[in-house]
Amino acid sequence: MSLATQERKQPNNEEQPNLKGTLISVLILGTLIVVSWFGVYALFMMR
Amino acid sequence: MGIKSLKVDQVDPSAQKLPLSKKQKNLYLSFMTVSITALLIGGLMGLLQTLVRSGKFTLPAGIDYYQVLTVHGVILGLVMTFFFIIGFQYSLMGRTVGMTAKQLKWGWVSFWLMLIGTIMTATIILLGQGSVLYTFYAPLRAHPIFYIGLALVIVGTWIAAIINFRQVYLWKKKYPGEKTPLPAFMVTINMIMWVFATIGVASAVLIQFIPWSLGYAETINVLVTRTLFWYFGHPLVYFWLLPAYMAWYVIIPKIIGGKIFSDALARLSFVLLLFFSLPVGFHHQLTEPGIPATWKFIQVILTMMVVVPTLMTAFSLFATFEMTGRKKGYKGLFGWFKALPWKDVRFLAPFIGMLFFIPGGIGGIINGSHQLNTVVHNTVWVTGHFHLTVAAAVILTFFGISYWLIPHLTGRKLTPQINRLGIIQAILWAIGMAIMSGAMHIAGLKGAPRRSNFSEYAGGEQVSEWIGYQVAQAVGGSILFIAILLIVYLFIKMAFFAPKGVEEYPLAEEEVDAEPTPAFFENWKLWIAITFALIIFAYGVPFVDMINYAPPGSPPFDWPIGK
Amino acid sequence: MHLHKYEKIWLVFGIGSLVVFLLVLGFGAFWKGTHPQSHGQLIDPENIEANDAFKPENLGVTKVDDDKYIVNVVASAFNYDLGEDENGDPVKHIRIPKGATVLFQATTPDVIHGLNIAGTNVNMMVEPGYVSKIETEMNQAGEYTLVCNEYCGVGHHLMYATVEVYE
Repeated sequence: MSLATQERKQPNNEEQPNLKGTLISVLILGTLIVVSWFGVYALFMMR
Repeated sequence: MGIKSLKVDQVDPSAQKLPLSKKQKNLYLSFMTVSITALLIGGLMGLLQTLVRSGKFTLPAGIDYYQVLTVHGVILGLVMTFFFIIGFQYSLMGRTVGMTAKQLKWGWVSFWLMLIGTIMTATIILLGQGSVLYTFYAPLRAHPIFYIGLALVIVGTWIAAIINFRQVYLWKKKYPGEKTPLPAFMVTINMIMWVFATIGVASAVLIQFIPWSLGYAETINVLVTRTLFWYFGHPLVYFWLLPAYMAWYVIIPKIIGGKIFSDALARLSFVLLLFFSLPVGFHHQLTEPGIPATWKFIQVILTMMVVVPTLMTAFSLFATFEMTGRKKGYKGLFGWFKALPWKDVRFLAPFIGMLFFIPGGIGGIINGSHQLNTVVHNTVWVTGHFHLTVAAAVILTFFGISYWLIPHLTGRKLTPQINRLGIIQAILWAIGMAIMSGAMHIAGLKGAPRRSNFSEYAGGEQVSEWIGYQVAQAVGGSILFIAILLIVYLFIKMAFFAPKGVEEYPLAEEEVDAEPTPAFFENWKLWIAITFALIIFAYGVPFVDMINYAPPGSPPFDWPIGK
Repeated sequence: MHLHKYEKIWLVFGIGSLVVFLLVLGFGAFWKGTHPQSHGQLIDPENIEANDAFKPENLGVTKVDDDKYIVNVVASAFNYDLGEDENGDPVKHIRIPKGATVLFQATTPDVIHGLNIAGTNVNMMVEPGYVSKIETEMNQAGEYTLVCNEYCGVGHHLMYATVEVYE
């Protein structure tokens, strides 16, 4: 229901949905990737 | 311009859902039954391995550890997965593009070929004539029937591929200009990839292994066999993974009460997965003496490319969850999280699988990182890695699928009680796998080798540390086996005893006002041509060199495997 | 087909990270020479002694210079041959001073093996027909297990030696 009202408020079809939570989630995921990778890289350099 | 706009006067045929006939259901159910049986046998082998490796248990009756390990790898990595995937994909095709009586007949041919092949190979392993593990590296030689059985399994999957291609072809003929239904598109991509991949391993088996194991060829080019194996071996993991992605893209949105996030992006990620899952096998051979470093690095770059569609998938999944939650009225940055159906095993099991894929995927990037591979190559870290990816992410998704597919096929209901036990089963699996795989990762970073019977080696601090983690693996392995017993029980219950009824086959739709999918996604010939070109680019020169500058070949070795 | 603004941000971040990984790896590999072993040197597996390194008298540790050592190993099912000591017993324990540069060379007359000094970057496949080699600096003192980490048959787990890096 709430979407219908939202959509009416935003008649422009080009308007993008609110995906802030998604952005934060994937950025956390990305940080995990980078941190883990450099962790093992450090291990490689130390050995 | 999109295809969708071509026909506005009727129901979109790409979104139609066809009923499955009783005969179709029997075929799909047969695949599922072999799959769950394989899970039980393979899981028991896994339990035995972890117990042996804890150092507190020895196998009875002269059974060899490596025989058990070979059964585990072959029956779970090849049999359980293949039967599930082929059966599930048939059902997706039957549901979206239909299956003719003739296709159904050939479907049974594929089933029996795969089953006969499995029984042949399994018999050889049980007789102790095939303890070469599922990678069957030359010059260890198994009995010829080991290879012939595997070849039959592959041929069975080829028949399935031809049926799938034919199903799409007939549908396209009936609805010219329409976009292929998304599930059928995904199955087609997976099977094109599969045909490309298996040509490699089939060549090795038919041209190299079978004549050599029969004694017609005296020697074998070891590096060529390994290269052909890993040319197949990496897309093999994507062959496992893509059906899970299918469920994540088109089934999960339906279960959570949402829509497909983007039909076009889902297709794009599958096309990219087709391109880049094949020209990357060298990243399994990074510590190989016989492959030039530059070619390894080129395939490492291509390996990083195959990460991109998975990054896209991660975004799509979060976005599906968030949009669904917001539509239901949940607010705030993460309020949508509460909208997810946590008490529904059809969602929960695959969702836990997705979570496992985060560390699984990260480990994969590390493994494929050229010189970093020396930190982890052939340590038990790698075993931990693919237990996160295939044995957690993929298998939990397959469990999630089973909880609605089995009752759908048997005309019964997923009752609240089965659902509750299913949730316990998925959580047990998650706990067991987290303990086992976590212990494997840590022990691997400390150098503990994979694929090894219990051994105290020369003793010392390093080795006793490994053994500590092996005890933890046995704890995890035991929990996993309990979860297997539980799902076998639930499978039987759903197949024979649950109350009769209609269980939904969930397939999500697009938003009504969704952006039309561009027509260029139907360029099958172009996708195949690009895939082929990438393979030639990545493998052409080094592969020809491998043959032209080969060392003397290797004669077969029987005694090391106890033959 | 269009991408959500946030998906563009995510893909730039994600692909950017992958590019950074590749640059770091490429710099290390091509400029610093930290490629995984890839020499492609051939050998006849049925006549490995044709290569001087694998003659029985040259197996095990050889000091070639101050702080420079060579370790030659023949890996076979299910044994690492590191030569014999003065009593004629097989060597199962080798010692290398900390900080020394060591060239490990290995081959096999039979099936595929692994050669991993557990907990170090010395990690190679050993395959019939090829000489595996890697040069490394042993910078951390301690006792390491030299372990076969590729399945080579029923005695795979009994194939080991120890490497001691002493101060």
